[in-house]
Amino acid sequence: MMFDRPLLRFVPRGTKINFMRGRFIGLATSAVLSIASLILFFHPGLTLGLDFRGGIVVEARTQGPADFNVIRAALAKEHVSAAGVQSFGGPDDVLIRLDTPPESEPDHEARTQAMVDSVRHAIATLPGAQVLRADAVGASVSKELFRNGMLALGISLLMILAYIWFRFEWEFAVSAVVTLVLDLTKAIGFLVITHFEFDLVMVAAILTILGYSTNDKVVVYDRVRENLRKYRTMPLAELIDLSINETLSRTLGTSCTVFLAALPLALFGGASLSGFAWVMLFGIVVGTSSSIFIAAPLLLLMGEKRLRRDARPPTRS
Amino acid sequence: MMYYSRLRMASVIGVCLIGLALCLPNFIRQPSPSLPWRQIHLGLDLRGGSYLLLQVDMASVATDRLRGLQDQTRQTLLKAGLGYRNLATGPHGVTFTPRTPDETQPDLKALRAMPMNTPGEFKVEEGEGGQIALTLSPDAARQRAYDAVTQSIEIVRRRIDATGAIDPEITRQGEDRIIVELPGISDPERVKNLLGTTAKMTFHLVADSAIGSSVPPAGVEMLPMSDGQGTLPVFSHVDVDGADLTNASASIDQDGGEWAVNFTFDSTGAQEFGDVTRANVGKRFAIVLDNKVIEAPIIHTAITGGNGQITGGFSAQQATDMALLLRAGALPAPLNVIEQRSIGPSLGADSIRAGGYSLAAGFVLVIAFMALFYGRFGWYANIALLANLVLMTAILSLFEATLTLPGMAGMLLTLGMAVDANILINERIREEVARGRSALQAMQAGFERATATIVDSNATALLAHVMLFVFGTGPVRGFALTITIGIVTTLFTTLLLSRMLMVRWYARTRPSTLPV
Repeated sequence: MMFDRPLLRFVPRGTKINFMRGRFIGLATSAVLSIASLILFFHPGLTLGLDFRGGIVVEARTQGPADFNVIRAALAKEHVSAAGVQSFGGPDDVLIRLDTPPESEPDHEARTQAMVDSVRHAIATLPGAQVLRADAVGASVSKELFRNGMLALGISLLMILAYIWFRFEWEFAVSAVVTLVLDLTKAIGFLVITHFEFDLVMVAAILTILGYSTNDKVVVYDRVRENLRKYRTMPLAELIDLSINETLSRTLGTSCTVFLAALPLALFGGASLSGFAWVMLFGIVVGTSSSIFIAAPLLLLMGEKRLRRDARPPTRS
Repeated sequence: MMYYSRLRMASVIGVCLIGLALCLPNFIRQPSPSLPWRQIHLGLDLRGGSYLLLQVDMASVATDRLRGLQDQTRQTLLKAGLGYRNLATGPHGVTFTPRTPDETQPDLKALRAMPMNTPGEFKVEEGEGGQIALTLSPDAARQRAYDAVTQSIEIVRRRIDATGAIDPEITRQGEDRIIVELPGISDPERVKNLLGTTAKMTFHLVADSAIGSSVPPAGVEMLPMSDGQGTLPVFSHVDVDGADLTNASASIDQDGGEWAVNFTFDSTGAQEFGDVTRANVGKRFAIVLDNKVIEAPIIHTAITGGNGQITGGFSAQQATDMALLLRAGALPAPLNVIEQRSIGPSLGADSIRAGGYSLAAGFVLVIAFMALFYGRFGWYANIALLANLVLMTAILSLFEATLTLPGMAGMLLTLGMAVDANILINERIREEVARGRSALQAMQAGFERATATIVDSNATALLAHVMLFVFGTGPVRGFALTITIGIVTTLFTTLLLSRMLMVRWYARTRPSTLPV
């Protein structure tokens, strides 16, 4: 029957790749990438989105290709000066950015709101133009959103640490969380390079790739633990290699399905979701490779003495 | 592991069928109003609309009460024939010096008899240097702040309902914030203006003697005119409060052809209004809205019917909005809009299309992958995937949850992650077959060993997304919600449904080799 047997297969049966031999190359590559990402984080730094920066963003669609000078003139008539007028998406879509008055000034919230109305009035004077989206976030709210976003990230990492610690030995938990932190820095580097705006939706994307990456590590670790019981005398490096090879087909299979699910979103998801989806795609690749090239070598480094006492040759004099 | 009782099968299939039934309200019209008909709501980012985050000005709640207490103290002392000096408000209360030390005890007695809003709201004590201090208790202040927000929500609801907005959602957030969601209203300017007005209307006698003096005497305030033309001194004491209104409407004034607002008092208000106007014929009576004098007509005759009219040079829209505000009642404190997000209907439609296409494309890709790489067991996983989508939709409908664009992304990712469990089981069965186990043993071992891994890996994902739901705001919560629900449905469809399909197939055909 044609649907019965699988037509394709990822990894040939009995694959044995010696991953642990290349463990220092893997760790060094990761360290270089993470350090580069950290440098990028401090300079030039993340492009903060509206959620975290505060301010006003108005997206409008004009009839025919947008003429920035006409738009600027209409804004000037309403006494607002735009910090930026730029195109996005199609040629007739414009994005207008305004800075909010500083928080120290009285009535800054009310003035922020008044500015949004002024921009709307200005756009209403252009024939056929319509406002697609208008967002205004006050300074106090943006600080709070940032704090909450970071809190969610931090607490999630701690919870993951606690859970793995509870389910496995501490060597597993520590190497998983160190790997997650390395994944996180790379995701931040990716955001800096691509200029995707860092906002709440990006925090969600990062949390999701951390969740996915953890999931991947748990599967490999689960196999390591099982094999530790099964092969009581096998050296740890060999045992980790065996576990990675045994789970390799699954690791690649799942990465593939999640990648395939997120790909259409990146390609057709529209301005608001494609950035999210690209970060997801990047995170899937990073998370999958870090399970093999980072988390496993770290486990080997930390657990060499403790997890595998029986494997040492008897040194009785 | 390899046996499914009839009851167990019936319940798994039953859950799927119930899920299917729960999805129906999203696609067909309600056949009879007696049926429970719950469906998923579209978020503002998909249907268009506005989101406003309002902050209640808590400082003004406190100062208002202090001013009220000062006025109450003055009236009480005057009524008792007692004198005072240096009457002032501090951050937590009111202080004054008695006219003579002998009056301290009568003062204390009179003030302690004053009515309180809540028991123990304030203390009256003799302070330093012979002063008398009225101190508001912190508990009462907290309670008042809480009540102020509750009352604000009620007033906001009334005002928004009066604009004819459809399905507005008004919820409290944190201690002093209110979220207003207005589906379908993509330009919230009018609503913002309505909510930005406190609409506290009071009636004061005009202090004619103080006109022209630069420093108003005690008990008199200089208030600006609403048209911006100068100021007018009025007595601080509120003679009649606009809170006693029962109705207000806008109409064209018959004499001048101008827009006017007509109002009607309840019996208390009508009584007070009658008494004040009777006693002050020939004087000017100021109508004050939010500390601005709208007009100050001369009282020609006592007004006892409890009806009045304001003509302040309004436009039609202004008169209508003002009548609306007076009907809905005054806010206990000013509200500030601190966050606004509005999405036009065309962008929402674009998003639905983009999200829908992506969801469909992702679904097809995952199904194709599973079929190509896992054959028969892959198709079973695909059936489970379809059931997963149905169950997620069913649970979202049951909760009448709001589907946002990030929520759609969450559904898509769930579909990608859901087959992970099937992949784990299938790979495990493959390994066992490679080790030379029989078909039955391989399947058994596959289910058994994979289950612990599946639970572990889903638990970590669940933890991360529950955190995101707790600390996230707005659309991110929608994302976290769909993924959280998705993890639960995934556990059901993979651990129960797809396994059942595999077990049933084995029981039916008893194959010697497995299609892996």
